Amino acid sequence: MASSALRSEEYDADVLVRVENVVKRFRASGRRPRGRDEVRAVDGVNLDIRRGETLGLVGDTGCGKSTLARCITRLYDLTSGRVVFDGHDISKLSRRRLRPYRLQMQMIFQDPYGSLNPRRRVGSIIGDPFAIHGIAAGAERKRRVQQLMELVGLNPEHYNRFPAEFSGGQRQRIGVARALALNPKLIVCDEPVSALDVSIQAQIINLLHDLQDEFRLTYIFIAHDLLVVRHISDRIAVMYLGKIVELAETEELFARPRHPYTNALLSAIPVIEEDGGGRRQRILLQGDVPSPIDPPGGCSFHPRCPKAQHRCSGEEPPLEVKLSDRPDHVAACHFPVEPGEDLGFTWQRATEP
Amino acid sequence: MSEVLARLEELPTSPAEPPPGAIEGRSPWQLAWARLRRDRVAIACAVVIVLITSVAILAPLISLLLGHERDTQYLETGLTAEGLPRGPSAQFLFGTDDLGRDVLVRIAYGAQVSLLAGVVASFVAVFVGVVVGLTAGYFGGALDGFLARFMDVVLSFPFLLFAIALVSIVGPSLRVAIGIIAFFSWAAVGRIVRGQTLSIKEKEYIEAARSLGASDVRIMFVDIFPNLLAPVLVYLTLLIPAAIVFEATLSFLGLGVVPPTPSWGNMLADSLSFYRVAWWFVLLPGAALLTTTLAFNLLGDSIRDAFDPRGERLFRR
Amino acid sequence: MPLLEVRDLSVSFSTADGVVQAVRGLSFGVERGQTLGIVGESGSGKSVATQTIVGLTQGARISGHSYFEGRDLLHMDAEELRQVRGAEIALIFQDPLSSLHPLYRIGWQIVEAIRAHEAISKGDARRRGIELLRRVGIPQPERRVDDYPHQFSGGMRQRAMIAMALALNPKLLIADEPTTALDVTVQAQIIELMKTLQAEYGMAIILITHDLGVAAGIADEMLVMYAGRAMERGDRDSIYHRLHHPYTEGLIQALPSTSRAKDRLVPIPGLPPSLIHLPAGCPFHPRCRYVMDRCRNETPPLQTVGGVSGHVSACWLPSDRVGVDAEVAKAAP
Repeated sequence: MASSALRSEEYDADVLVRVENVVKRFRASGRRPRGRDEVRAVDGVNLDIRRGETLGLVGDTGCGKSTLARCITRLYDLTSGRVVFDGHDISKLSRRRLRPYRLQMQMIFQDPYGSLNPRRRVGSIIGDPFAIHGIAAGAERKRRVQQLMELVGLNPEHYNRFPAEFSGGQRQRIGVARALALNPKLIVCDEPVSALDVSIQAQIINLLHDLQDEFRLTYIFIAHDLLVVRHISDRIAVMYLGKIVELAETEELFARPRHPYTNALLSAIPVIEEDGGGRRQRILLQGDVPSPIDPPGGCSFHPRCPKAQHRCSGEEPPLEVKLSDRPDHVAACHFPVEPGEDLGFTWQRATEP
Repeated sequence: MSEVLARLEELPTSPAEPPPGAIEGRSPWQLAWARLRRDRVAIACAVVIVLITSVAILAPLISLLLGHERDTQYLETGLTAEGLPRGPSAQFLFGTDDLGRDVLVRIAYGAQVSLLAGVVASFVAVFVGVVVGLTAGYFGGALDGFLARFMDVVLSFPFLLFAIALVSIVGPSLRVAIGIIAFFSWAAVGRIVRGQTLSIKEKEYIEAARSLGASDVRIMFVDIFPNLLAPVLVYLTLLIPAAIVFEATLSFLGLGVVPPTPSWGNMLADSLSFYRVAWWFVLLPGAALLTTTLAFNLLGDSIRDAFDPRGERLFRR
Repeated sequence: MPLLEVRDLSVSFSTADGVVQAVRGLSFGVERGQTLGIVGESGSGKSVATQTIVGLTQGARISGHSYFEGRDLLHMDAEELRQVRGAEIALIFQDPLSSLHPLYRIGWQIVEAIRAHEAISKGDARRRGIELLRRVGIPQPERRVDDYPHQFSGGMRQRAMIAMALALNPKLLIADEPTTALDVTVQAQIIELMKTLQAEYGMAIILITHDLGVAAGIADEMLVMYAGRAMERGDRDSIYHRLHHPYTEGLIQALPSTSRAKDRLVPIPGLPPSLIHLPAGCPFHPRCRYVMDRCRNETPPLQTVGGVSGHVSACWLPSDRVGVDAEVAKAAP
């Protein structure tokens, strides 16, 4: 029985993207155990993304968050499952049929130094969307590009400059301008601020925030830095080895994390303690994330889980509401973390005012 | 374990606001051009090449001014009483060859052949190489497999045997020579371009172009190709002298330009039997060939340095 | 006597665009067994400074002193310096893939590192290497000692780097952004590992990072750098809770913190300065919201603030004005 976090008739009009059982497998290369030749980067994800919201996507490297985002925007083909964008099933469309949808889904990338073609002028880079879709040409295009530059805080007179002449933060702004050019509905931000200095990060995040308000954008926000994700997201999905293990509204997730992995993740955040409070204890997970080629059976987190019991190695837990949580807070765990339970950390104490 | 090399910390690659008076919008091309202009060797080479080109273009004028035709054998004035070539004199500035022809005029016309063969063959080779390499690198898969193997085969062809065989079928001419040179040069370009394309393809800005909905053709020409231009240009300037030498070799072996049309290669071939009595006949066409190829080679080096100045920038981030 | 004492270090590079002043007049000290966190953004000079003090910077004009146990590393001959560098001072970097040799097995690299400084047999060195890998938490070290760097995950590679750094029981470990490329959970593991090893081996650590949160987790003393200069220096609590310098304040305010509501972040306006065309006076003044006339012309020296002898700040604001705005900002709705 699905909870309202995942699917609900009354949310239909509000749902911009519906992800149904999406699976994405890659052919594995390099050293691999016998009999396994596939990496299940995304292993059956169900998700509704609501109009105008910011959905944060977090998890360790290899959890599948970037792959999932690229499946949603159809930069990858789906191995199986459905993606429904604004009521249209785009799961199997050819590249040519997908083109009109490209206008509506855009991406901002992590590396400010790799996401812009170094041999092209900035005006040409931002004007690319117009050129590709045959919208606006010549003076009109230039005008719109310069408008976009102003919008993101760049000097429109720098229209003819090359990316190498801009700083990292400014390059990210160029990337944002490019993504905005055709008034998309959805923007996927794949680690947009990880490569930037702290003071510049704040500028870009504020910019993204303002643009969302002004243009009623929907964001999928992928990031390492959980505090940044917390700041900008309405809801957060925690992923592990290709599956969503917990999904809830942001403050709810931070206040009552149910899944042990979520707990470990939150406790690992480097935080500045209160004055005289000393350093808090953290949950330290043993070992590394297992290889996605050969995931453990049952609950894929069980080998590292401080609460694992026999049931966990055999039976995969469904993603559903736990304990007496709100209907839009779901977790995939047989033995969710109870309030007041001490897994060896004091995250709660550190966040109480 | 070897000592770790020093690394500069990430310094900002550019000031936030360029200092007043700085040049705006300096493209990589403008930067390379600026560097090239300061390179004295490059300038010298460029002058030499311009000179040689002028000589080639003006060969008929030179012939007119000197009053000697290209293929005319001046048996009375050009040969000694014994019938041997005359050395450099007021009348024949570079002397005469074994048939009493004006060596200077023939060298000038020979420049036409060399430059034509060198430049045309190189451009054809580069064009084909870029198209094939770009296609192979971008599309990958079976197409790449096939094209890459094909390029390997072409590169392993024994050029001399092939040249001899082809010429014996269709007969020697400048056109055939250009074709042969282009055929043996394009695969090397293709390989380089394929390699570059493969690495550029993985960059994030290509993914960005795809996410904007750009078609494959557009990505290849607008996004990948400009990043290929610099290495291709460098390779072109190094290919031209190789092509010139290639043509001279073919003509030397009688597989290229047919006498009486002069090519530095066939002039050298003819001169060998007379080296003892007519040093100018050997030396001067040889010097022309050497100077031309040297100039192109050095210029090519300078162009490569202009695009990739080592030790200047270690900045990253 | 502090273990390491840096006095008046200046480093500059000549480039085609002008002279880059990467570090200017930097002074600090590290005590035995303590951790110094050096915090700064790109262009602050933190990496150049630490590489220079162990003699790794080439092609630069260097002035100043770097006294390690009383001996000046910057005025030592190359052989002596090499000995100190491997055996007594160890370094780890942000990207182990580029600092570990990709073509040699991890075990071989550790053995080489040990035998370059100690006369022991290969067998003994290898045994020590395996123990070290075990100590840093690499599972099945007897098997993994023969793996190549690319066969390790990011976190494991960083652990291998730490193992290699520890091989000779160094007195000082310099870690340049060791956790930046790692996931949050792995980051926590590595920091905890460093703390445990520090306690066990009694070594001092210099941790260079742009992440104030990470520094808070391990540093005893902190140094904040900007545009090649020290802006503020003091013990951890002083820096975080009784800060003085507006740049430090700006850095802390720009963080999305745990307790502030979800509205606008407070960035530091503007961009870091060019190290070739530095502003006159205080390098931070173009971006400082407390800027006074004096700041534009006179460069403030490091002065004691807040009445705490170890806490200094390079700012013209009154020295008793500490911590006020930071607390106010943190408590704001």
